[in-house]
Amino acid sequence: MIREYFRVLLVDLSAGRSTITDIDGRDTVAGGSGLAAMLFEKYGIPDKPWNELGQPLIFAIGPLTGYFPLMSKTVCAFKSPYHDQFAESHAGGRSALSMRFADFDALVITGRAKSPSALIVGSRHIEIKDVHYLWGTDLYVAGKMLRRMLPGSGHRTILRIGPAGERQSPMACINADTYRHFGRLGAGAVMGSKNLKGIMIHGDGSFLLPEGNEYAKVFDKVYRDMTDTDMMSKYHNLGTPGNVRVMNDLKALPIRNLQSTADPATEGITGERFAEVALLRNAACAGCPVGCIHIGFVRERFREENRYIYRQISYDHELIFAVGSMLGVMDCFEVLKLIDVAEKMGLDVMSPGVALAWATEALAKGIITEKETLVPLAFGNAASYQAALQHMAYGTNEFYELLSQSTEKAAERYGGGDFACVLGQEMAGYATGETFFVSQALGLRHSHLDAGGYSYDQKPKGRTIEDAVKFLVKDEKGRVFLTSMVSCLFARGVYSDEVLCSCLKSVGYGALADNMDAVAGEIQRLRWKMRVGSGYRPEDVSIPKRFTEVTTWKGQIDSVFLAGLKDQYASAIRALADTDKDMAKSPS
Amino acid sequence: MKILTTPRMERCIGCHSCSLACARLVHKRLSWDTAGIRIRSSGGLSTGFDARLCLACDPAPCVMACPTGAFSQRKGGGVVVRKRLCIRCGACAKACPVDAIYLDANGEPFVCLHCGRCVPYCPHDCLEHSEFSRGAAPAGKEAAVAGEVES
Repeated sequence: MIREYFRVLLVDLSAGRSTITDIDGRDTVAGGSGLAAMLFEKYGIPDKPWNELGQPLIFAIGPLTGYFPLMSKTVCAFKSPYHDQFAESHAGGRSALSMRFADFDALVITGRAKSPSALIVGSRHIEIKDVHYLWGTDLYVAGKMLRRMLPGSGHRTILRIGPAGERQSPMACINADTYRHFGRLGAGAVMGSKNLKGIMIHGDGSFLLPEGNEYAKVFDKVYRDMTDTDMMSKYHNLGTPGNVRVMNDLKALPIRNLQSTADPATEGITGERFAEVALLRNAACAGCPVGCIHIGFVRERFREENRYIYRQISYDHELIFAVGSMLGVMDCFEVLKLIDVAEKMGLDVMSPGVALAWATEALAKGIITEKETLVPLAFGNAASYQAALQHMAYGTNEFYELLSQSTEKAAERYGGGDFACVLGQEMAGYATGETFFVSQALGLRHSHLDAGGYSYDQKPKGRTIEDAVKFLVKDEKGRVFLTSMVSCLFARGVYSDEVLCSCLKSVGYGALADNMDAVAGEIQRLRWKMRVGSGYRPEDVSIPKRFTEVTTWKGQIDSVFLAGLKDQYASAIRALADTDKDMAKSPS
Repeated sequence: MKILTTPRMERCIGCHSCSLACARLVHKRLSWDTAGIRIRSSGGLSTGFDARLCLACDPAPCVMACPTGAFSQRKGGGVVVRKRLCIRCGACAKACPVDAIYLDANGEPFVCLHCGRCVPYCPHDCLEHSEFSRGAAPAGKEAAVAGEVES
């Protein structure tokens, strides 16, 4: 629905009541990331802990959601249990189109349900349903039961948490429609803290399209660029796992807790290898004809007499890196089994994988013992990692309880911080160099997608720190506008400013289209204000020693450049966050 | 006359591009419901997708059930719809044996007109718009040699 305001559903789980409110701001914050930050400013409580009753869990879509291909993502914003500050996480699946067709620009959930519940939302239906009998179920069981209980097959999203979310682990994800996730920074724990096992959004509304034929014309151009050109082939051929070989060839693939960056054994887990032996089929987020989701299979024999079960598991570069190369597990089927365990438990895959890589090195160095790890963690020992992931989900002992909060917290308690591969949170799968390390360490989401630091690292040497900071700030600005639309960032090659402008105009958002650059800047500043206002001190971020020991195709990491870039980028973030002097100041 | 079929649904990735195209181009709506073809998962995403669409019956039960003539028999199977005659009684949807007719919140029916406008939007070629004779050997892609891979 094209409208100048935002239609927001506010749900108070404590009271068991909802209300719908119209909020202005389309021409200033657009939607998605901008809207989520604005709603956090309005409903968040920056100086109270993340699990305070009134803290909001926010889901927001954008002005182009559903209207154009790959405008298929939802932004989730919350106060993170990982660092107790403002955070954002993105996912696709059917979440975005379901919200569009349920006719809400955003959903804001506060309070805590009296018993484990599911929130059910449609264009003509809102209900908080007691599902206490689902508490304790793994993600797959919860998904199956919710699918059976609720209407709208095919035209709904089912968001749910597993045991890790119920236990409020900061590494718990929210699963969206089986194969996608609001993965990082603990959104699953926020749902757990609200006694919310699932959210079903039924996209059962429809809207008239804008008059005239401009919209259909622009749609067709964008659709052709997405499907008839090579612009997206990277994503629908091998998908992101194609990066494994590329990174390894560049000596930029984190391997065995970043002890090395290239190893011929990684041939066992390349995108090519997965495609050859384990790829079962592809799937797509609703509204995306590219279909980047790669689903592999594992077959397990459970009886001597040739009895097997099989499972379908989606895989991506980040997951293969986290529980593959990082753990020295170089067989694609073993990697899929590890992803499967994490999925079932409702854990993000990346953070636990990287945390277990640290634990493995810590065990080998004698900093911890098997009394802590319970299983003999060793690089390449996939069976021990399967068990360890379960221990992390349930927080079996003090060690795993701490490790499932963050590698940093475990290292504070046991030592070994020098080799903790943490860049704001557990690292992503790119050891490309200084700019990426700083970009993830300081970035708002601590994600490789905050800004293209990894691509900047691959440009010719000889650039200055000032140039790198300028790049990070500018690149982030472009990306936050896209995530305010809300586009999948894989479509950034197609959605140039010019194309976005014509998309917005064709559906009637002329004012926004004419002011894109200023709006992008406003959203960028607002997000940083929320982060800094909830306690973030970019100048305090440290980058562990391990990152300075890395050798890539460019040679040894330049520690002086790294330190200088970190300081100057921190100052740039400060400057972005402090533009409005009326904002709450960062607590000391 | 040509009809729309879905011979290659095993390839479906669940992008809903066909439904969105039908709603956009034929019905001038933004929707995945008010469309002649609608995609749902066949028992969870792990089991693939089904398409709900008119199977081009002749005679069509929905035509027989329609009390006003808003639905009439289409030559070659399926229906011709005259919306101005429709009284929103929903009898067509009740009569359809394969749940191919969607009624919106106002009771307005949406059914596949076999125009084929959705076909170019399917990225995996799941759909086919062709002359169809029930019981005849497959033509086109289905007649191709098994194992042939498209470039």
